[in-house]
Amino acid sequence: MLSVAVQHRLGDFLLDAAFESGAGLTALFGRSGSGKTSLVNAIAGLIRPERGRILVDGAVLTDTARRVFVPARQRKIGYVFQEGRLFPHLTVRQNLLYGRWFASRRGQAGEVEHVIDLLGIAELLARRPANLSGGEKQRVAIGRALLAQPRLLVMDEPLASLDEARKTEILPYIERLRDEFAIPIVYVSHAIAEVTRLATTMVVMSEGRVAAVGPTAEIMSRIGLFPLTGQAEAGAILSTRVAEHDTRFGLTTLRTAAGDLRVPYMDLRLGAQLRVRIRARDVMIALQPPQGLSALNILPGTVAEIGETDGPSVDMRLDCAGQPLIARLTRRSVESLGLVPGRRVYAVIKSIAFDHQAFGGAAPGTPGADADTRHG
Amino acid sequence: MSWVLAFSPEELTAIRLSLRVAFWAMLGSLPVGIAVALLLSRGQFWGKSLLNVIVHLPLVIPPVVTGYILLLLFGRRGLIGEFLADRLGIVFAFRWTGAALACAVMGFPLLVRSIRLSLDAIDRRLEDAAGTLGANAMWIFVTITLPLILPGILAGMILSFARALGEFGATITFVSNIPGETQTLPTAIYMLIQVPGGDLAALRLTLVSIAISMLALFASEALIERATRRVQGL
Repeated sequence: MLSVAVQHRLGDFLLDAAFESGAGLTALFGRSGSGKTSLVNAIAGLIRPERGRILVDGAVLTDTARRVFVPARQRKIGYVFQEGRLFPHLTVRQNLLYGRWFASRRGQAGEVEHVIDLLGIAELLARRPANLSGGEKQRVAIGRALLAQPRLLVMDEPLASLDEARKTEILPYIERLRDEFAIPIVYVSHAIAEVTRLATTMVVMSEGRVAAVGPTAEIMSRIGLFPLTGQAEAGAILSTRVAEHDTRFGLTTLRTAAGDLRVPYMDLRLGAQLRVRIRARDVMIALQPPQGLSALNILPGTVAEIGETDGPSVDMRLDCAGQPLIARLTRRSVESLGLVPGRRVYAVIKSIAFDHQAFGGAAPGTPGADADTRHG
Repeated sequence: MSWVLAFSPEELTAIRLSLRVAFWAMLGSLPVGIAVALLLSRGQFWGKSLLNVIVHLPLVIPPVVTGYILLLLFGRRGLIGEFLADRLGIVFAFRWTGAALACAVMGFPLLVRSIRLSLDAIDRRLEDAAGTLGANAMWIFVTITLPLILPGILAGMILSFARALGEFGATITFVSNIPGETQTLPTAIYMLIQVPGGDLAALRLTLVSIAISMLALFASEALIERATRRVQGL
């Protein structure tokens, strides 16, 4: 359990943010300069806020009213920095074990091996950081933070300095971290694809303030937040389960509360859980069940909310058997179809719209979550 | 050519003394040098620029003046010298320890400057990272800062050693030129060229002086390169 309330002035910039979050991965999402890094630095004890109170698992780490400020080294908060910050003069093994010298409890036997195995860095142990790729460095940095026995793990844009291929390489490791360790994670990012894939809870930050907090799927379906969460990539997140494979056509059927989705074949066992992001721009609306249409996915629902706009396009939230779905239409279509809240409609989604960016791995915290989920 | 290297016992004494003086000047000033470099690089205090000027003073004032100031401070009747002699039994005046002190003072700016530059160049975010892993300030310094500035420390030590080998003015002013006690290579050479028939001996010692200095510089280059590669993890 993490509880944060911080006020801190940095030049002209005022950080005035408060949020609470629980287990799993909490993403601090916002543009560059929205105060995300300052906020996690305050949590980790790297900056001393002018006013504020920070609690982790009931332990008061900062309370300016009571003049409490636990120094960083006593906070037991593992920090994975954007640039890794591995110690250049030490080997990978020495880097990994650095925090263990100071950890109060020794941890279970075999923990080091477990972490090394989980992050796939066994072959790197004798090397020095200068001889590692960017992705390898970040995996070692994650291992180093984990092995210091933290009660909270803070990750500040750990993938920002990596190219797409390296990002895809690391994301599954972070998912395993989230699902296999009981350590809550605070994850700073400005990349919506990462956040929707990883986050249990989402904290949207804007100009030093918290604009919204909540479960990721709920935050992502709030039309009013699209200016902050990103117009182009806006879309709903659906929890799905692999129901069927069609080898003849190379398709996989994903079952959701809203109905079945047929997507390009995925190498997953039946029953595996998966998050899917359906971008608003990939959704079309029909008033009758469409006939003679190439698109394979048709989900019935009702219009729940229509966004306000003066521009050419309009975002709307549909309620498909309780699952929110976001569609983006031209204002003209909305008018000509006479779409109003409560109107019964059919959402049409092309199977091809599901590229690898749309999938979010095993859903967090759900029983039977399949940690071996891998994509593209 | 064998006659060139036929050292007299006095000459050998001067060589040995020179090395001993330079070695202890370098080693003795090292902890103080690191501390002052830390103060100058990271301290925020009133009089910081004054301290900086005082540290660099031996570089710019005439060595004779430095030697005279040392004599005033550390001579038998000097402000500090009298206290040290009476209370602690430490005497600098006209002893080889005094020569080492003079050399240490003359080499100090070079030592501090070299260490300070590498301290300034350190990525302090690495120290923050060590802090989040549970290390306290002392441990961070020993396990992160010190190894990372090692090339700078080595470079500073070599510069200080080389400066000590060549030190003349402050030494001769402070502790005079006593064979077997304070007569180092430069003062021995100086004396030899003053007396008739000393030319050959002066030449011998000159060659030795050049050889030692070159050896020290070569060794330092190799050491610094190795340390740098280690620090950068190559």
